[in-house]
Amino acid sequence: MDLSYTPAEEAFREQARTWLSTNVPSEPLPSGDTKDGFAAHLEWERTLHEDRWSVVSWPRAYGGRDASIWEWLIFEEEYYRAGAPQRVTQNGIFLLAPTLFEFGTKEQQDALLPRMAAAQDLWCQGWSEPGAGSDLAAISSRAVRDEDAGGWRLSGQKTWTTRGAFCTHMFGLFRTDPQAQRHRGLTYFLVPLDTPGVTVRGFERLDGDEGFAEVFLSDVFVPDSAVLGGVDQGWSVAMATTGSERGLTLRSPGRFLETADRLVALASSNSDDLTDTLRDRITKHWMQAQAYQNFTLAQVTDIVEKRQVGARSSLNKVFWSELDINLHEAALELLGPMGQSDNPWSRGFQFSLAGPIYAGTNEIQRNIIAERVLGLPRK
Amino acid sequence: MRFSLTSEQQDLREAVRELMQDLCPAAVVRAAEDPYHSSIRTLDIAITALGASGLLVDTAHGGLGLDENYLVPMLIETGRAAAPLPLSETIGVSAGVLTSGGMAEALAAGELSCVADAAGSGLVRYGRADRLLVQGGWGGVGQICVFDLAEAEIVSVPAVDPAGGLTQITGGRPLFTVDDPQVVELAWHRGVLGASAQLLGLSQAMLAMTVGYVTERQQFGTSIGSFQAVKHQLASAAMAVEFAGPAVARAAAALAAGEGAPVVYVSTAKALASDAARQMARTAIQCHGAIGYTTEYDLHLFAKRAWALAADWGSAGWHRDRVATELGLLRSGTAPTH
Repeated sequence: MDLSYTPAEEAFREQARTWLSTNVPSEPLPSGDTKDGFAAHLEWERTLHEDRWSVVSWPRAYGGRDASIWEWLIFEEEYYRAGAPQRVTQNGIFLLAPTLFEFGTKEQQDALLPRMAAAQDLWCQGWSEPGAGSDLAAISSRAVRDEDAGGWRLSGQKTWTTRGAFCTHMFGLFRTDPQAQRHRGLTYFLVPLDTPGVTVRGFERLDGDEGFAEVFLSDVFVPDSAVLGGVDQGWSVAMATTGSERGLTLRSPGRFLETADRLVALASSNSDDLTDTLRDRITKHWMQAQAYQNFTLAQVTDIVEKRQVGARSSLNKVFWSELDINLHEAALELLGPMGQSDNPWSRGFQFSLAGPIYAGTNEIQRNIIAERVLGLPRK
Repeated sequence: MRFSLTSEQQDLREAVRELMQDLCPAAVVRAAEDPYHSSIRTLDIAITALGASGLLVDTAHGGLGLDENYLVPMLIETGRAAAPLPLSETIGVSAGVLTSGGMAEALAAGELSCVADAAGSGLVRYGRADRLLVQGGWGGVGQICVFDLAEAEIVSVPAVDPAGGLTQITGGRPLFTVDDPQVVELAWHRGVLGASAQLLGLSQAMLAMTVGYVTERQQFGTSIGSFQAVKHQLASAAMAVEFAGPAVARAAAALAAGEGAPVVYVSTAKALASDAARQMARTAIQCHGAIGYTTEYDLHLFAKRAWALAADWGSAGWHRDRVATELGLLRSGTAPTH
């Protein structure tokens, strides 16, 4: 065990902390899942980018700092500690970019990554469909070859697309081989949402924000260069980076450490309402946040030393998503009737309920843990 | 930053694991109903031959001069085997205490075996006339007194854990007393950490047994491990165990590095390991069905040890109370006593 960071890593932390303390907006921004709030968040994303803080782990050529995975963790810790805004660009940066780095051509990387880092292109994820949620392989949106035009014609419907109404681009899976079943015959496409034939309709999430969208595609032409990672290879291309979504990169421990500390502070300042039962519960969840931090440090050590994390990322996903709800529920119990108002805890609570659903429901994750971590039989 | 065992710690862990596989199968755990059974003696001699008793004793006193980062993997493995010996007490709790009392050489030489009674209640696991009793120091404060048990009255107490060697001890010849607050506190922390490590090992053993059983067991024409209801319970229990592990490693690192305030780390480790072990035991028994509810099958040996250790060295609730206090959260009612 070596729990110390190198002087260079400590210097990186100091630099991040200093920059955040002078640049994080003093007033919280309106929700990034509303039209006005999204615009305010874009300003913030551009501020981050100007000083190379939007994509710290990326190569310098694409706007990053070549930060190591440890430095990335440090940045996340400082980011949440500073109370900095939600990242409305996260689905591009954390979900698409790792796939682009692994499967993209040099041309695709050069064309897309710098604009993504600068929040010029805003990406949403087009995976779910009305008939394909947890069962993602049931995708029926299709892409038909247009040999003459040198590309593909996309048709179908995507839904529950986070911030789809505010984004400029979508990455999604489409069936390119109509004869193939399930996971086979899918292709990963990159689609500008201003292409003729695309219709986007925003709709409200549970918390009342217009953070969801349906994306309708009717004979939408995209060129061959819109294919990421090979025709009919979409499933393995998409799955190669689901580990990022379920595990580390979507939800780093910094986020939950901050929420847990904020909960403890709330309990301290409301000690008249703090029963011993609630005190016990809050402490339990605070401990779980520490446990997530330690688990992550062990996991990053594994990644650095080239030991496969694989299906173990499902452990992260179930743990953090349920912890997030528990932290918020405890806060609301402490607040009592005050918790009814629209406040950061009630907002956070509503948002936390999405955690066990997105990126593969926790029911699916528990199947994955049982089958692929513990080795239980599929059938 | 490197949050993992070193290769030396890994080697020690493997060595202890192999030793346990050879010398501590479930039959030996069962044999511990007789605390002087020859197989228990053989196991004890083999562990001592590894130099385990002197693990935390300074090299100047003939020990290995190692730290808690080694203690934890070793006790995870003895826990995995439900080894029916006071190993955490002898290797962990006693090291600093006996050094204070000028008995470090004898401990490191493998001449001594110790039992512990932090609460001072007289209720002691593995009490035997040829062992020393390290008594007192509950919560890491007060005094610790060390007794020679050769002349003590040691009565076997019927207990849930058949291999836990529970005894009631009265009398004993006082050898010396330790007042040094640092020594008393460290002995407590090591006892808590040792219990946490064993709980992890016990949990991992129960998980492996249950995965094996539900895969093999056929009902409704198929393996019961293919049922989602079984999968989800096991996934939840496995997750609790997986997340307790790094917390225990973190506590070990805090003690090994002599960090200023180890209380929060050590108490977090014990609370998480205790809760995980209870959940695992309950899940294991449920997923085994009726066969798990027998004493003929081995599972109960592990579950019962887990219950004993989860309740000892401060329950999960006791440790949460401690951490809550450290976090500045005021208590309104009665503090948990154990």
